[in-house]
Amino acid sequence: MKLIIAIIQPQELTPIKEALVHKNIFRFTISNALGQGAEIAIHEVYRGIAHDMKLLKKVRLEIAVNDEFVDQAVDAICSVARTADGTGRGKIFVLPIEQCIRIRTGETGAEAIG
Amino acid sequence: MLKRAPIVLLIITVLIPAQAGASVEAVQQNLNVVWTIMAATLVFLMQAGFALLEAGLTRAKNAANIIMKNLMDFAVGSVAFFALGFGLMFGESNGFFGTTLFGLSGTSGDSWIYTFLMFQTVFAAAAATIVSGAMAERTKFVSYLLFSAVITGLIYPIYGSWAWGSLMDGNGWLENLPTGPFMDFAGSTVVHSIGGWLALSGAIVLGPRLGKYGRGGQVFAIPGHNIPLAALGVFILWFGWFGFNAGSTTVGDGSIGRIVVMTNLSAAAGALAATFTAWVAFGKPDVTMALNGALGGLVAITAPCATVTPMGALWIGLLAGTLVVVSVTFIDRTLKIDDPVGAVSVHGVCGLWGTLACGLFNAESQLQIGAASTGLLYGGGFNQLISQLIGAGTAFVWAFGLGMLLFTILKHTIGLRVSESEEIQGLDIGEHGMESYAGFQIFIAE
Repeated sequence: MKLIIAIIQPQELTPIKEALVHKNIFRFTISNALGQGAEIAIHEVYRGIAHDMKLLKKVRLEIAVNDEFVDQAVDAICSVARTADGTGRGKIFVLPIEQCIRIRTGETGAEAIG
Repeated sequence: MLKRAPIVLLIITVLIPAQAGASVEAVQQNLNVVWTIMAATLVFLMQAGFALLEAGLTRAKNAANIIMKNLMDFAVGSVAFFALGFGLMFGESNGFFGTTLFGLSGTSGDSWIYTFLMFQTVFAAAAATIVSGAMAERTKFVSYLLFSAVITGLIYPIYGSWAWGSLMDGNGWLENLPTGPFMDFAGSTVVHSIGGWLALSGAIVLGPRLGKYGRGGQVFAIPGHNIPLAALGVFILWFGWFGFNAGSTTVGDGSIGRIVVMTNLSAAAGALAATFTAWVAFGKPDVTMALNGALGGLVAITAPCATVTPMGALWIGLLAGTLVVVSVTFIDRTLKIDDPVGAVSVHGVCGLWGTLACGLFNAESQLQIGAASTGLLYGGGFNQLISQLIGAGTAFVWAFGLGMLLFTILKHTIGLRVSESEEIQGLDIGEHGMESYAGFQIFIAE
């Protein structure tokens, strides 16, 4: 069991979701995030005073999968997120999961994830 | 009864010509009441404009506090001006202030005084509410209520009695200057500069918001939380200003149209000038500066709106719009006085400019409303300009001086500023125990 955490651009969420569903990966959690990566800060001027907005809006995508789905999930995310040019394409982290429990039934492990 | 019918008819027939003669005057009087009350309600709506403008240009955590200040200064001001201010401003003068008409004493029937009080009340509240913006995001609510009462009950009306007393029973010294009467048709100085200079003293005594200036003297931006709300505020102010200026005739006649045109031209020129000044100076046309520019044009034309030509109105607005951007930048970065909404620049500085503009652009003769033009540029010489300088200078000394005194006394007695922790958390929770945008969150997305 692995936990995939992907930091992606907000506008790429919908196509990435579709690519994941296409690979039979239906279960994930999305959260709004602010992040500072390799991208250039947005330069704003308010009433003549310049200030740089360095923390940019991102989406954090969390997917818990059984081991055989890891490559497919990573491929699905990259197939969309890598197509645009420039920095700020995002990052994917893959972490081991110690245990997974489905609260309703009490199932654990691979059964609970799927 | 039937027998008397011919007699009654005869009496009516005889009376009709007499009644028709009197009714022209009566219709005009009624029209004056209708127009003045309608203008007063337009000016009342400006209170909403100020509330939205100030709420939009400050942070979400203080929005309820700003709304409350703009609501309550009108409530406090209405009572204080009725009970005390109106008498000081328009009662029979002892040479320094009015001494009659307190609480409308001696008024009965359908007197014109009711109409006039309503119109003057909304003006007094406008002067008070200007202060709210400059002192936003850090002022104790209870202190705000107190000084709103002092402004509408004492500071505003006493100066007002010097410039406008003779509009009712009073007689002010600024109306009897040797160089000719000080001229402020709708209140560039009486309302706006007085409010602006009070706002300046308040912002100085209060000090800047936390995080506005760094230890090394850096200047930081604290962006407003809702630009569309601020813009709606300015649209409402612009709308209300047609009542503010054209209503100051208190007469329903042809001058209304002329004054509305001058008001609109100056506002438009102000918005244009501020937009392009900011575009050149900062690289982009700053929305908030465009909003301030429109208001600067409106404030500046308030004194000269009845006595200048369309070309004069355009010049007055253009200079006001440019002046706003320069003044906001100077006050913010050089003087390091924190005025979150630019109230001092819009009302104080542009009010001063508009007042002096009377001495430059007054064109009574060209407009065929007077025998001789009093503006320097229209051959009127320096006399009017000198009168304008005396009136505007007196307003600065009076409002800024008393403001410094009033706010310093409050600072050392009940306190003028909220605690540091309250300022960080926001005045909505600290002063009012609630949030402006409770539960404001997005539950679903595509």
